[in-house]
Amino acid sequence: MTNKEVAVAVRNIHKEFVLPQNKNTTFKQTVVNIVKKNNKVTQKTLDGVSFDVNKGDFFGIVGRNGSGKSTLLKLIAGVYTPTAGSITVNGGLTPFIELGVGFNPELSGRDNVYLNGALLGFTRKQMAAMYDEIVSFAELGPFMDQKLKNYSSGMQVRLAFSIAIRAKADVLILDEVLAVGDEAFQRKCNDYFSKIHDDKDQTVILVTHSMEAVKQYCNKAIMLKDGKIIAHGDPMDVANEYTLSNFDVVSTDDADDNSDKVNNYTLSVKPVSSQVLKSGDDITVEIQYELDKEAGAEDVFSSVALYINNAPIVFDTTRDKNMVSKIGINKIRYSYPTGDISEGAEVRVVAELWRKSRQRHNDTELAFIDMKNAATFKIISPKRPNGDVLRKRGAWTYGD
Amino acid sequence: MTTKNRAILREMVSTDFKVRYQGSILGYMWSLLKPLFLFAILYIVFTYIIPLGKAVPHYSVYLLLGIVLWNFFTEATMQGAGSVVARGDLIRKVSIPRYLVVIASTLSALINLGLSLVVVIIFALFNGVMPSLSWLLLIPIIAEVIVLSLGISFLLSALYVKFRDITYIWEIFLQAGFYATPIIYPLAQVPNHLHKWFFINPMAQLIQDARYVMVTHAQATLWSSVHSIFIITPFVIVVGLLAVGAWYFKTHSAYFAEDI
Repeated sequence: MTNKEVAVAVRNIHKEFVLPQNKNTTFKQTVVNIVKKNNKVTQKTLDGVSFDVNKGDFFGIVGRNGSGKSTLLKLIAGVYTPTAGSITVNGGLTPFIELGVGFNPELSGRDNVYLNGALLGFTRKQMAAMYDEIVSFAELGPFMDQKLKNYSSGMQVRLAFSIAIRAKADVLILDEVLAVGDEAFQRKCNDYFSKIHDDKDQTVILVTHSMEAVKQYCNKAIMLKDGKIIAHGDPMDVANEYTLSNFDVVSTDDADDNSDKVNNYTLSVKPVSSQVLKSGDDITVEIQYELDKEAGAEDVFSSVALYINNAPIVFDTTRDKNMVSKIGINKIRYSYPTGDISEGAEVRVVAELWRKSRQRHNDTELAFIDMKNAATFKIISPKRPNGDVLRKRGAWTYGD
Repeated sequence: MTTKNRAILREMVSTDFKVRYQGSILGYMWSLLKPLFLFAILYIVFTYIIPLGKAVPHYSVYLLLGIVLWNFFTEATMQGAGSVVARGDLIRKVSIPRYLVVIASTLSALINLGLSLVVVIIFALFNGVMPSLSWLLLIPIIAEVIVLSLGISFLLSALYVKFRDITYIWEIFLQAGFYATPIIYPLAQVPNHLHKWFFINPMAQLIQDARYVMVTHAQATLWSSVHSIFIITPFVIVVGLLAVGAWYFKTHSAYFAEDI
């Protein structure tokens, strides 16, 4: 990886936008704003971003919505001009950051192929040579003379994608193309990505929300947050960081109502251990609830239940009946080892509060945390997870 | 211009042309029929109802030529002014050179001018105007009106991104310009000493020149009305507008994508 040629060098990029409500779109507003001496309200979208993309890299850019990914991509593509900083691109760049740019619904599929191809940098002659291949790849042969507005959205995407992958440039820029299309189409996308992934001279910059794609294709990645790079380097680490950041948001968003409101016990369950774990680490949660004198602490106990991926409850501690409740705020921690859980699995922990009954199997449920407010964990996987629950592989016996 | 940019330009112009007559039965024919019917109306009005040009030989052809050139100017600058905003989807997503969209709109108007000129030539032949080599001088005259329209389009399209009032103002300006330019009335109806003021306007100069080379010599031109160094005024305006327009466009085009 050393001594590689730099394909794209991004140096200390800043980008600010004037917020639209203060834009002077008519002379009257301009005059009013000058007279009132309105200061422009600007928004910092990118705040000092620097990185290098080497020749042959498959470079991932991830980040939550509004983190500045698309702005960064538009800056690299030359659609936007940076407020400060510099971007150097060695070699040709696809001017494309989205599928189907310039598609005109009133034109036929055929005309749109040529129009889109021209924007990709192809002459009419070159497009004519590729036309049949494009049409057959898109599987749209019988529809090419129909107007684009009569195409389904899936057909439009297929056509656009079939043209876009013809692009031959030193640096390909792709934004979110993986997020569209049906399963069969996704497979085609994957084949294409595998192909350019194997091409050691092809540089790709990919913006995506799919951590699977990042892990599978990228050899380098950055994560943006509020216009700054907060993770840089190994795509595995960046992808995990991203997964974690999404959890953070869930817990901060729901911080106040991470408890069941219909009860008087303010029951909550919060992660204590890291939410992104290596297989074998312990998941630890803290359960908290409050008991007043009226409710009494006698016979009250809490339990947790584990959900893994989409499976029903895989583990429940109701039988433990840990009778440790007291009047006031109760805090209990619970740990579960993850060694048996499949890598890549998502584990959610919910909690319940019970009052023990003198009769068997007749305990009263006082409160519970629903799935939405569960404490969520992710077990990292070096590979693409296959969605199963258990890690142990079992054994085969052959013959009779 | 690179082959890439030429390919983009070609596709943009052909898209314009294809989309324009979508859903109409006669389709492209309207590009010829529209000027034809317009001419028929003007011919009737200005030959029988308000005979302004009785003294001018081949007045109908004379009139049509003026109208055609003025229509090109109107169409090119109005379409040009809105071109950057109209192609906002492209500009926000692709880093094609921004000037292409302005040139594409001028080229679209130019195709219409070509078709209209075909109609004018047919009218002229029917009217007994003798074809001559001097008609070739229409080429530099058309080049001049293209340069003028481009300069104005560059300026207005860049301004329109930030100030949407521009097209309304320009429309009013064009209305006034139509009457400030000797299009429907012969300049002979204006006192001679005022002619030089009319010829500050490049459109007046080029329309009168076009008529001179194609229809009749019996009329005032810049060359017969101004005899000082000020004869260069309309050309300075044309070149100056192109320089100012191109400069303003260039300095602002880097921010079109975010300002639209």
